[in-house]
Amino acid sequence: MILLALTLSLVLEKVILISVILGASLGIAMYSTWAERKVAAIMQDRRGPNRAGPFGLFQPLADGVKLFLKEEIIPTVSSKFLFVLGPSLAMLMACMTSAVIPWGPDIPKADGGVISLQVADINIGVLFIFGVVSLGVYGIMIGGWASNNKFSLLSGLRAASQAISYELAMGISLIAMVMMTGSLSLREIVEQQHGFWQDGWFTWNFFKQPLAFIIFIVCAFAELNRAPFDLAECESELIGGYHTEYSSMKLGFYLFAEYINMFISSVILSSLFFGGYNYPFMDIVAANVSPLLVSIIGVLVLLGKAIGFILFFMFIRWTIPRFRYDQLMNLGWKSLIPLALINMLVTGAVILYFFSPK
Amino acid sequence: MDIHQIIFWVLSIMTLGLAVGVIMSRSPINSVLFLILTFFTISGQYIAMNAQFLAIVNVIVYAGAIMVLFLFVIMLMNLNGDTEPQKNFLVQFAGVISGGSLLLIFVAALKSSYTGLEGKQIELAQSSDIGLIKNLGHALFTDYVFPFEIASVLFLSAMIGAVVLGKREKDELDVVVE
Repeated sequence: MILLALTLSLVLEKVILISVILGASLGIAMYSTWAERKVAAIMQDRRGPNRAGPFGLFQPLADGVKLFLKEEIIPTVSSKFLFVLGPSLAMLMACMTSAVIPWGPDIPKADGGVISLQVADINIGVLFIFGVVSLGVYGIMIGGWASNNKFSLLSGLRAASQAISYELAMGISLIAMVMMTGSLSLREIVEQQHGFWQDGWFTWNFFKQPLAFIIFIVCAFAELNRAPFDLAECESELIGGYHTEYSSMKLGFYLFAEYINMFISSVILSSLFFGGYNYPFMDIVAANVSPLLVSIIGVLVLLGKAIGFILFFMFIRWTIPRFRYDQLMNLGWKSLIPLALINMLVTGAVILYFFSPK
Repeated sequence: MDIHQIIFWVLSIMTLGLAVGVIMSRSPINSVLFLILTFFTISGQYIAMNAQFLAIVNVIVYAGAIMVLFLFVIMLMNLNGDTEPQKNFLVQFAGVISGGSLLLIFVAALKSSYTGLEGKQIELAQSSDIGLIKNLGHALFTDYVFPFEIASVLFLSAMIGAVVLGKREKDELDVVVE
């Protein structure tokens, strides 16, 4: 087992890559808050933020400065350590998933090696994402409990039960997809969706597993705590939900973590189901331009798909009203899980009868 | 000491320290959080033994799902110093006796299998790929398929039992509606 075969150049490469990815996710999340308000404004026939800078583009900066400068209030009877731990965990878990995502094709180096645009190509990438997602709820639960407020506690409990319920359907829907690709490595899954059309059918997993995609995206909404599943921060019942007692940048971290999660899950959705950095006619493009440009185009394609998904998340939020809690549980346990199970069975049977290697 | 041994010792000391934290902390919430950290260090041990699948499943199932439910229940119980039940002397005595005998059995079991264990373990950890998901799946679904299926039937029956217990009786439902 080679556990620690590290060279300085590799470490440097990874450090730069991680910094760029973190910076990019933070930047995109920052402008998602702006885009969310613009999208909401357009859908409600308003103008949205338009004072700070052209088209209100400096609005996220102004919001950040405001949150940093606000007075910080910590409830006296709560556990101070856990109170601070809550938003930190939410932020940490939001940033961790990006480690296993392949952001683009490898960049060839002059000496024959390649620079991988993926922080860690572990052979259990999909499971790693699940691990981080399943831990993500701790930030909300701990914060909600440490606030020493009944509404926050209820909100934390809601978030926990919702996350656990929808994780099941999410996992089962992914099993069907993993059975087709035969690998849990995200790099491998993306590579198998090369191009757009091969052997008389689309290569992207969306066209092979549409039901799995629909189940997965519904569960992604639930895991993100976004409308129509934002029961954890349901204003009409729970005031502000788990962040009722939070102020200043700790509140900002909770709100911001949601936008980072949204960006990351958009990237995961595009990697798993919409071909990641693959696009139609990519071989023709690859033959005609330099390898560095190929990688850059790949990254841009992935980001483009992710932004499409972010906009989709926003359109849904401003279109569909919030679910009631029992409806949420019924949808998760009585519709999505049986559907995912049937999908898995059918996929297994089809693979066994039509594609088994004999 | 090579790097694996250093990692092993660091992780072991952390695991034991955090496990002591579980039983020493006054607040049950802190106990659960210590337990979650303990699971993480155990996952670290699995990774050091090249068993990535076990490591991540340990995180997903234990730290991610079961501990969330633990935390859920403890948060609802609202435990604090005033409401904590005072155990009488007899219960404490019984606890000490049973815990001590469990420790005795563990020590005896470990002692009898200790000879040559250390070398074997390191050898296993460094040469074996059984923890990788492909090999593990292959072993589970060919050599050990019967025990595997028995275990899954057991889980299924437990699940159905929980659903049956959780289901309200019909007359009980009517009372709630009234």
